[in-house]
Amino acid sequence: MEQYALVLTGAADNLYPARMQMALSLGWHIVFSCFGIAFPTIVVFTEWRAHRRGNPDLRGLAHTWARAMGVLFAAGAVSGTLLSFEMGILWPGLMEPFGEVFGFPFVLEGFAFFIEAIFVGIYLFGWDRMSPRAHMLSAIPMIVSGVAGAFFVIAANAWMNNPTGFDLDPAGRVVDADPVGAMFGPSTWPQFVHMLIAAYMVTGFTIASVYAIGMLRGRRDRYHRFGLLVPLTFAAIAAPIQLGVGDWIANVVAENQPVKLAAMEGLYRSSTAVPLSLGGIYVDDELRGALEIPWGLSLLVTHDPNGAVTGLESVAPELRPPVNIVHLAYNTMVGIGSALLLLALWLAWSWWRHRSIPHTAWFLRAVAVAGAAAVLAMEAGWITTEVGRQPFIVYGILRTADAVSPAPGLYLGFYAVVVIYVVLTALTVYVLRRLARGQDTAAPQERDDPVPAA
Amino acid sequence: MSSFSVTLPDVVLGLMFVGLIAYGLFGGADFGAGTWDLLSGGTRAGARRRALIEHSIGPVWEANHVWLIFVLVVLWTAFPRGFVSVATTLYVPLTLAAFGMIARGAAFAFRKSTTEPGLRRFLGASFAVSSLVTPYFLGAVVGGVASGRVPPGIAAGNVVTSWANPTSTLGGLLAVLVCAYLAAVFLCGDAVRDGHEELAEEFRVRALGTAALTGAAGLVGFFVLRTDAPLLFDGLVGRGLPVIVLSVVAGVAAIVLLALRRYASARIASALAVATILVGWATGQYPYLLPPALTIDDAAAGRPTLVAMLVSLVIGTLVLVPSLIYLYSLFQRGPAAAEPEPVEDTS
Ligand code: HDD
Ligand code: HEM
Ligand code: HEM
Repeated sequence: MEQYALVLTGAADNLYPARMQMALSLGWHIVFSCFGIAFPTIVVFTEWRAHRRGNPDLRGLAHTWARAMGVLFAAGAVSGTLLSFEMGILWPGLMEPFGEVFGFPFVLEGFAFFIEAIFVGIYLFGWDRMSPRAHMLSAIPMIVSGVAGAFFVIAANAWMNNPTGFDLDPAGRVVDADPVGAMFGPSTWPQFVHMLIAAYMVTGFTIASVYAIGMLRGRRDRYHRFGLLVPLTFAAIAAPIQLGVGDWIANVVAENQPVKLAAMEGLYRSSTAVPLSLGGIYVDDELRGALEIPWGLSLLVTHDPNGAVTGLESVAPELRPPVNIVHLAYNTMVGIGSALLLLALWLAWSWWRHRSIPHTAWFLRAVAVAGAAAVLAMEAGWITTEVGRQPFIVYGILRTADAVSPAPGLYLGFYAVVVIYVVLTALTVYVLRRLARGQDTAAPQERDDPVPAA
Repeated sequence: MSSFSVTLPDVVLGLMFVGLIAYGLFGGADFGAGTWDLLSGGTRAGARRRALIEHSIGPVWEANHVWLIFVLVVLWTAFPRGFVSVATTLYVPLTLAAFGMIARGAAFAFRKSTTEPGLRRFLGASFAVSSLVTPYFLGAVVGGVASGRVPPGIAAGNVVTSWANPTSTLGGLLAVLVCAYLAAVFLCGDAVRDGHEELAEEFRVRALGTAALTGAAGLVGFFVLRTDAPLLFDGLVGRGLPVIVLSVVAGVAAIVLLALRRYASARIASALAVATILVGWATGQYPYLLPPALTIDDAAAGRPTLVAMLVSLVIGTLVLVPSLIYLYSLFQRGPAAAEPEPVEDTS
């Protein structure tokens, strides 16, 4: 990638703010994406149950959630637009050589989101002008395209982690690009499944937490109980699956990105019979103060207590990611994932014994924080993935520093993005809180109006 | 370089351009509606006009907006060199346009969900102002490319003069005017359908006014381009002449139809007039993606990528078009027109 490095000298000032800008925009967008992926299923399921049982509470919930979905979808759409610009504005050194290799899934993603946007409009507006059956059927394309869109974006990200589908000629130029093959590298399926489940956990726990807070404040009617139970059930089913998928994805990382795995574990020396380290701080090539579970890592990664694990020492210092961020983020994700699993088990046990949610305020308190915790776990997971890949933007091939745009003044955009997202976050929270409190609930698309024939 | 041997890159770029035209028409009308929102007058006086505007773009703005995403992703996959050259040299107007889109979408979506007067006014203002800002900067980007100010290469052009120049200013102003014009024409039809003849009259006057302004800007533009973008100018008066003539004819027809209150046909004529402006630009600078140095063929990705792209565009269109038709028709045959109730700030 020599020739890009040459063009880009002078980009040093831009690198750090560009990364922060990308991370902020993505970290913001991803939260709303989760709702775009998982919320339609939950809403339609609730609508279906409402019709089956003639239950007005469920119908009311489905209606309110559809409105919230409208707001969340709008926030996801506008933040996604900024991302599309940023791919070119911030990372031309990535897009120029590799656009033809990994740009293709974004095209398919474009179609998927197009279909999703259309059917979200139909679903929200069609509520009273279609038969219930037709209305619920119209939701199927919305659900399918949301999931498909996630698959395509993740395929692009998985390619950055494990690039396939092209060759480099001796001068470092891309030849024989195979855009379809590039979508199916080793990371694609595990990352996609993990993200899909994460979306259900984030959506389910967040919605449930709203009603848990309501119940803690004394509103324990049927409406609130259903509002808690339905999304919580989705999340509780997802939680145990996520643990298994997490193990799968960790194995794929160990095999394809050993340095990332070493950073996740704070492991300097390559060795055998490696313990699993929880917590701790990495200083001077050593993880200090960590809780160690003997043979843990070897067992997890190689399924053999004496298995060999590669450490950070295997590569030169400048090829190692910032260990503390990656290790802490990884531990945060796994820790929260395990805690959420316990919460799910608590619910399952209580349901099995008493056919009801646990009768203690502690359960409600736990659910109330579970929403934010799930979001935190997901952000931590992405930080693990993205920071763990450093210093590469395309693992092993192109460095992030060689991909950033050298345009003068670029870094100023970062400050503007911070301001915009602070305002946007405040507004989104404000609007959603009003929706949750049931005040004036007209949602963006929720107007029963004609449209231009345009 | 015979201009009639159509290559695979030409086909893919052509399809991208169809998306760009769709964005220009549908997205453009959305932006224009925001401009009329801005110019609707005081809170109380403009309430009915604003209600009609909200009415009209509510269910479709998100779908309309995805056309732009489509244009971007096709460009970066099929013409990565052209894409990064534009994105890096013109990053300032592109970033500002993106900010405008965020402000606009969020404000429009959130405005309805609050009744607090101060906040409503803030959101209303950012909706309206960003409706001007975004098309202006997108037009400026087109002007920068068309006048040959974006050389191929990463941040190879001047990051200021590439968009602060006569052709870009022309492009930006034309974009704002054209959007406002389209919106006014479309809103006439909507108002009539909803049984609001008096609103239709108001927007008819606005449509005719902006048509006159756009025509005048186009004339001035002719001289701007002659000195500032001679290559494009030559293309326009050469190969592009039939298209320009068609555009003028359609524009005049639209004015006549508006005068006769034939709103449905006026829509078609106006859409044609605007689409042909864009086609004229494309014909004018063909075969260059970035005049005067980078041709479409040179900028294109390898064959496998283009083929995959073409296949996915065809299949995607087969799914997309029926869905879009379903969306638009579902809301056309809606229940009897509701009164667009004025949105009170003090409710
Ligand atoms: C609710 C969210 C959530 C939860 C509970 C978990 N994860 Fe996760 N994890 C994600 C959400 C997430 C994510 C944000 O979705 C990531 C980022 C990239 C990806 O594909 O998924 C991720 C990435 C990610 C990676 C890095 C993949 C890569 O770099 O390619 C590993 C190794 C794990 N996870 C492992 C786990 C394990 C062992 C868990 C055990 C409980 C776990 N995750 C729970
Ligand atoms: C599939 C979607 C994604 C794509 C295509 C993508 C792409 C990128 C790119 C191009 C960069 C900049 C270069 C780099 O630092 O390597 C980056 C950095 C980063 N992204 Fe992602 N990303 C995706 C998802 C996410 C999500 C959802 C998050 C959520 C938190 C995230 C967090 C970050 C962080 C923290 C960085 C900065 C890394 C650093 O500075 O060390 N990414 N990503
Ligand atoms: C893991 C990462 C990502 C996931 C799972 C994801 C998922 C989604 C989903 C589900 C939507 C639909 C809107 C919504 O429901 O709120 C959406 C919208 C969008 N995303 Fe992302 N996204 C990710 C990253 C990215 C990246 C990296 C880009 C661009 C480079 C991007 C561009 C867009 C765009 C342009 C939209 C708007 C489409 C529309 O208007 O409907 N996304 N995303």
